[in-house]
Amino acid sequence: MDEVSQSILAVEGLSKSFRGLTALESISLEVIHGEILGLMGPNGAGKSVFVNVVTGFYRPDTGTINFGGRDITHLPSYALARLGIARTYQNIRLLRRMTVLENVLVATKDHVEQPFRSVLARNQSSFVTTALALLEQFHLADKRDWLAGALAYGEARRLEIARALAGKPSLLFLDEPAAGMNEQETEELAGTIRSSHQMVEAIVIIEHDVAMMRELADRLVVMDSGRKIAEGRPNDVLAQPNVIEAYLGTDGPDD
Amino acid sequence: MIQDYVVFVGVNIVLAWSVYVILLAGSLSFANGGFMAIGAYVSGVLTVKFGLPLVVAAPIAGIVAGAIGVLVGFPALRTRGIYLMLVTVGVAVSVKAVIESIDYVGGIQGFGGMVGTTQWHVIALVVLVGCGLWLLSKSPLQRILDAVREDELSAASLGINAVYVKVVCFGVGAFLAAVAGSFYAHYLIHVTPDQFGIVLSVFIVLYAVLGGTNNMWGPPIGAAIMTLIPEFVRGLESWRPTAFGVIILGLLLIRPDGLLAFRSVTARTKRALTISTSDVAKSD
Repeated sequence: MDEVSQSILAVEGLSKSFRGLTALESISLEVIHGEILGLMGPNGAGKSVFVNVVTGFYRPDTGTINFGGRDITHLPSYALARLGIARTYQNIRLLRRMTVLENVLVATKDHVEQPFRSVLARNQSSFVTTALALLEQFHLADKRDWLAGALAYGEARRLEIARALAGKPSLLFLDEPAAGMNEQETEELAGTIRSSHQMVEAIVIIEHDVAMMRELADRLVVMDSGRKIAEGRPNDVLAQPNVIEAYLGTDGPDD
Repeated sequence: MIQDYVVFVGVNIVLAWSVYVILLAGSLSFANGGFMAIGAYVSGVLTVKFGLPLVVAAPIAGIVAGAIGVLVGFPALRTRGIYLMLVTVGVAVSVKAVIESIDYVGGIQGFGGMVGTTQWHVIALVVLVGCGLWLLSKSPLQRILDAVREDELSAASLGINAVYVKVVCFGVGAFLAAVAGSFYAHYLIHVTPDQFGIVLSVFIVLYAVLGGTNNMWGPPIGAAIMTLIPEFVRGLESWRPTAFGVIILGLLLIRPDGLLAFRSVTARTKRALTISTSDVAKSD
């Protein structure tokens, strides 16, 4: 039972299909306290579906999800966010018509949980200070008054991660954070993710970029056609024949 | 005469705000004429048949309408856009039909005997609701509502229960419309179900939309202008409705976002736009 006590998230036999099309087939995995877990797999392997099920945006057909010792299988997404599961989206979802600072401020835990009581909340300076410190850390402080929709791509990614961290989560899901980035931007992003790691207990990254995964991830899980096909240390997993085949078979070789 | 203007403009301002409160969370309600009717009749029964004072009856009527609003709103607000609008239209139509069929309140003949509203009641109500909305606009709730309105998925992943937020706003909007309806009925003395048809609901939405829904000052401006215009064009006799319609169309053409739509170009936006455009110019 040692492994169980270490794991912050434990997923058992998770399945999900859409109109008969199987997206997840009995996936079991754990996220261990303190780690960065990489989730890889060719397009259509079910990685994003997995994140959407675990963060409460899709209901699983079967299986259980346990977070910090609590069964969260059927909780809605907002309740999971309050419990400490934060996420970013594959296609960035910022509040584009709100400012950079507001995007972070809106996630303030007290206000989110008691929205109507916050009408009487007068002194907000401590929340603003916290939000500004977060923006500082993500090199966005000078753009605090910009509309989020006016940010460049890399900045928008950083803001989305900063916003996800504003609610002080313990588990952070990053859904393809490096998609559409060049090498230098990806390098910067890796730095951002590493510094985010200090603020949460564990991170799960979905990513195609093999170099980035090798560098960041403590452990890798590889999925193909809705199933888990490999799990282990990055160098070992990436050398496995079935992993190489899964990538060659659909996407062509990475790098 | 001046008291007439104050009462009717004031009641319409609160009605416009009742739509605005629901719009803050991103839903458009055509049910507020119905909630107003509930307010008028419930408070009327309480004062005429049970002898309660108006200032007690009005908030009770508001709570009744608010509770009905929440009951209707909970299933309705899970639908979106045009479907939600249709549900709210259905609410307005059914409220009128139900009142018409209740003999206890006079059926289609209407219900009478309500007295007691003075201009000061209405002024106090406008000031009170205005202060509440002003507090809201300065509070974190405004940001949460902005987030729900802009992207419910994004809001949910930040821990915001969007359905709850929308249902409460719907309930508060229903409450405000009913309180306004209570004062309105106790000024007119006699009301009939006909007065609360779907056209009334459409007009209430128009007050808010014409004035602009980007900030709390638009709806009262729209309500005031639309209440007074028919009076100013009285000399046109039978052309009055036509002139009124033409003025509305003109306003929508000249200011499609409403007369007072300044929050979309507030200082923060302007600054953001200048910075981003100058940035683009530099990098070119």
